[in-house]
This record gives sequence, C-alpha cells and structure tokens, in this order.
Amino acid sequence: MLLREILRMALSSLGVNKLRSILTMAGITIGVFSVIGVMTTVSALRGSIESGLSFLGSNMFQFSKYPTGITLDGNNRRRIDQRKNITLDQAQRYQKLMEDYTDVVCLKAFYRNGAVQAIYGNHKTEPDIQFVGSNEHFLAANQFSIGIGRNFTAADTDLGRPIIIIGQEIVQKLFPSESPLDKLIKLGGRTYTVVGTLAEKGSAFGQSEDDLAVVPITRFLSDFGSANASLNIATQAPAQERYNETVDHAITAMRIVRGLRPEDENDFELYSNDSLIAAFAKVADAVRAGALVISGIALLAASVGIMNIMLVSVTERTKEIGIRKSIGARKVSILMQFLIEAVVISLLGGLAGILFGVLAGNGLALMMKASIVFPWDWAAIGLIVCTVIGVGAGLYPALKAAGLDPIESLRYE
Amino acid sequence: MISPVAPAVGSRVVRPPGELVIEIEGVTKLYKMGAEIIHALRGISLQIRRNEYLAVMGPSGSGKSTLMNMLGCLDTPTAGRYDFTGKNVAHMIDDELAEIRNREIGFVFQTFNLLPRSDALHNVELPLIYAGVPPHVRHERAMQALANVGLGDRVHHRPNELSGGQRQRVAIARALVNHPSILLADEPTGNLDSKTGVEIMALFEQLYEEGHTIIVVTHEEDIARHARRVVRLRDGLIESDGPVD
Repeated sequence: MLLREILRMALSSLGVNKLRSILTMAGITIGVFSVIGVMTTVSALRGSIESGLSFLGSNMFQFSKYPTGITLDGNNRRRIDQRKNITLDQAQRYQKLMEDYTDVVCLKAFYRNGAVQAIYGNHKTEPDIQFVGSNEHFLAANQFSIGIGRNFTAADTDLGRPIIIIGQEIVQKLFPSESPLDKLIKLGGRTYTVVGTLAEKGSAFGQSEDDLAVVPITRFLSDFGSANASLNIATQAPAQERYNETVDHAITAMRIVRGLRPEDENDFELYSNDSLIAAFAKVADAVRAGALVISGIALLAASVGIMNIMLVSVTERTKEIGIRKSIGARKVSILMQFLIEAVVISLLGGLAGILFGVLAGNGLALMMKASIVFPWDWAAIGLIVCTVIGVGAGLYPALKAAGLDPIESLRYE
Repeated sequence: MISPVAPAVGSRVVRPPGELVIEIEGVTKLYKMGAEIIHALRGISLQIRRNEYLAVMGPSGSGKSTLMNMLGCLDTPTAGRYDFTGKNVAHMIDDELAEIRNREIGFVFQTFNLLPRSDALHNVELPLIYAGVPPHVRHERAMQALANVGLGDRVHHRPNELSGGQRQRVAIARALVNHPSILLADEPTGNLDSKTGVEIMALFEQLYEEGHTIIVVTHEEDIARHARRVVRLRDGLIESDGPVD
C-alpha cells in the first residue's frame, strides 16, 4: 500500500519538472529505440528474406566459383579470385558422373559483356535486362514455369540452337500487341528465335525477376565467348532422403572434374537454400550485435544523465526530505521514493523507445514489403534493462537522500 | 508592556498532570564545529507529564533548539538518559526514531514546513501514509483534523493559496492527525503577524483544554505566558523550572 503511495509521489514530482524529465528520458528512448528498431526490422525481414532466398528448387544445391552475394569475410577474396573458372567441359563431365543419381543438373552462365538490351524491330527493353545461358533444367532449378510456348530440350542444348525464352517484362516491352512466339529478337548483337515465355514471378528484394532472357548454354557460350565465363551448376537430389548422399557424391564428382588432389581444398562453393539462409542469419547477427553495442553506449550515457538529474533532484528537495523525515518517514521510504522516480524515468523512456522503434522498424520493413511484427522478446528485455538502469542510476542518489540528517535538511533553504 | 496575548492566569483551566511522558536525566550534547567542541547541553534533567503545557525559553545559544530536536527525537544525546513513554530512545537507531516521531510526536515549525506542491489534505495525510493507514481511513481522519482547526473548506488548497495562519493550522492538523503523545511547537508564531499569532495561541489553548500535551519552544515571553509551566535555559543548563507566574 505504501508502495502505491510512493509511486504516486514519484509520478507527481516528475510532473513538476516536465521538460527536465522528458529530456532525461530522451536518452533512454534513443538507446532503446536503436535496438528495438533494428531488431524489429531484422525480424520483419527475416520471413521475407527466407522465402526470397529459397530461389533454388526443392532438394537443390548449387556449385559456383564465387560465394553468394551475402558474405562477411573479405580475406578470402584473393584466394577465390585465383580459382579457375568452372568450364562447360567440366560441367558436362560432372553431369555425366552424376547420371546415376540425377538427371536434373542445371548449368547456368551469366552475360559478362556489360549491360544488355533486347530489341525487336522498333521495340526495345530497358538497357540492363538479365541475360543467361542455361539448359532445360533452368525452370526447375530457379522455380520458374513456362507461360506460353515450350521449354528447352536436351537437343536444343546439344545442338546449340539459337532460340530464347523470355520473361514477362520483355514480352510486354517487345510484343505489346502480338504473340512473341517464333519472332526473332536481338540481344548483344545476336539473333534468337523466341520459343517460349516465362510465367510472371514478381520481384524479390525489390528486384524484378521478370526481365530475364535465357538461351541454351552451348549457344550462349559460343556467341559470347567462354573464356571469362564460370558456370553455376545446380543439382537436384532425386528425393529428400537422398539429399545428403547426393551432395556427398556431387562434391566428389566436382573434385574429379576440377582435377583436385586429395590434399587440395575444394576450389568451388557449395550452397543451398539453407546455406543462403544461414548466410543471411550471419549478417543479421552482425547487424544485431552492432545495434546492441550502439544502444549499450547510448543507454550508458543515458544512465549517467539519470544519475545526474537524480542528484540534482535530491539537493533541490533536501527540505522536503527533512519534512518527510520529521513526520516519520523511514529511510527505506525515502530511498524507495527516489529509486522509483529513477525507475519511472527510465521505464517511460524505454516505453517510448519501444514504441518508436517498433513503428520505425515496421515502417522500414513495410517499405521492403515485409509483414509487420512486434518483437515481444526484445521489448521485454528492453523493459528489464530499463528497470536495471533506473535502479543502477537511482541507487546512489536515493541512498544519499535516505541518509540525510533530518535536522540539517530541515534547516536547508 | 500589556500584550493582547496574555490573559489573566487566574481564569485559566489547569488540568491535573498525568503519567510521565518524557524523562530526561543528565543529558549532554556535544557538537564538533571544525576543531572546536561546542557543549550545547551540559547536563539537563527534566520530567514532562501528560496534560502539561510547557514552554521552553532561552536566548539564542542557550541550547533551546538542541533540546527541542532531542525532545522531538530528531537527535540523540551524547550522554545521559532519555525515556519517552518509558522507552529509552537515547540509543535508538534512525528507523526506530522515525517510528517514534511518526506515532508519538506532532511537530509544528516556525516556517510551517508544508510540502509546497501538495494540497492541505495530502500534507495532513502524509504522517498517516508513513504509518501505513489505509486510504479511506486516512482520508477521513485528515478531513476531520482539518475541520478541527477550522480549515474544513480549504482541504484542496495548496500552501501558496493559504494565508500564514492557515498554513500553520494545516501544520497543526498534520501534527495532530496521528494522535501523538505530545505536540512540539518551535516558535509557532514566529512567522505570523501578531493578530494571527493570537489566533494560533488561542488554538493551542483550546487543544490543551481538549487534553493535548503541548511543548512550545520560544524566546518570546508573551508566547511563554500562555503555558502553565516554563523551563528557562542558559548556556546549556536549566536556569529555572516552574509554573507561569
């Protein structure tokens, strides 16, 4: 009961110096805001990133010369640059070694001669569409499906036919009012016959996946040179149960085609949806750690502010403390009054920080098309930390207040 | 000098003294002021009974304030015995002293010492809050105490909205709300004009007649004359102790 009275007293004395209280709270608010904002953003993005990163089909894994875009350590860069390219020859020998396990091996090469544009008569696309060489497994490996027309066949790849499958954005730009099938379009100075279109897929991370053009990889390499090209090889395990077995076998096959000796390290990267998600998690952890450090520093500064203001408050209210003591306040009552004041400042600041952090984090997440989350765990941790800060920063001033001599403090003017 | 605050002694009520409330035996108090040691009290013995109306007088430096702080359990003696209603308070720790101040002593100060941001009601409730009295009981008792000092219609005024006399009445209501054994007033009219001072002393007279035990510390003869017994201090010793003449 006394606690409720003390809480009321603490709140009313905070109301007396509103501006001062708010400024003191602001420090806590900033500290909590930074951590809650980041945690909210990361949590909100995680869901969309995990689904966005699942661009490989089910039970698929991929080999490439370079690691995926998400990586933290730059010190491996030199070693990776010195790797030899994965050539078409190597990829085809790999395919052959994997024949007993799976037929679904998607080879993929990216256009490396600068920006590329698709042209049909007077119609042109944006000057920087995505242009790749691949085979009949491209659709499965990248979770595309055919809109109209047909997919490549094994023969298309074997023979290196000059044909092309195009995404919906390119269809709309080049063929606003006619069927694209069997039309000839130009990319990178070469001519291809459209045999199919990709069904619309939408975008991931704000980047469209519908401005894509695919030609048979053999044709692609002979048209644009294979000297600088390093292929990505995506392989699908025949079933979930055989995934690990297939990966083991595939690594052996890769080592054979790359001509590695037993003591050599793998000179290629293996990744799967899981490894991409793990890579994201690593980045997210780094961002979180950064946010924790920043907010830790901000909160430390804020707690110094609280202690300072509480010391000022104790001095200003020396007379009041004397009066309270003269009419029978025990030390612990005075102690609690000032301690609770400090905790209330800290908690109110923290609540404001949580509110602003959740709003800002979700605002950011919404701009990146992620769904709204409320980070209950971090909010709870935030409030606990604020309580600890309030007690920590308020303890010394409160002890000072409780220890004041009643006679001296009654005389204080 | 004929003072308006000094009615004839013969017409006054004198209540028979009750049991012992305060018993002081050979109390001394030393202060260190830098290198110097000040003997504020040099050996005082005093007995105060229930139903007494006592004035403690003395010039400044006589040890009057020190004695008042000690009687009010704000301070403890350097040596000697101090029993308050039979309990030895000379060696009590701070929280025990706070308990005595809360339940047994009602303070009235020269400068009123009200909490400036709280209304009259909350000021009067404060001792009850620290005594752990439940809100509705507390509220009722504080309202009654304010009504008793004639401020039943001013309960929600803050000190700065009240006159000096009204503030001192609030302080008296606060002092009495927890039914203390003694009312301890330090220069209660020192900050009031003489007319208001008369009113406050009339209130003290009424409280005495109603059965309160009152100790007034003052340097004014006119105020002391209201009491039934006067203790005069000089240089830390009791110079005289007897009924008001």
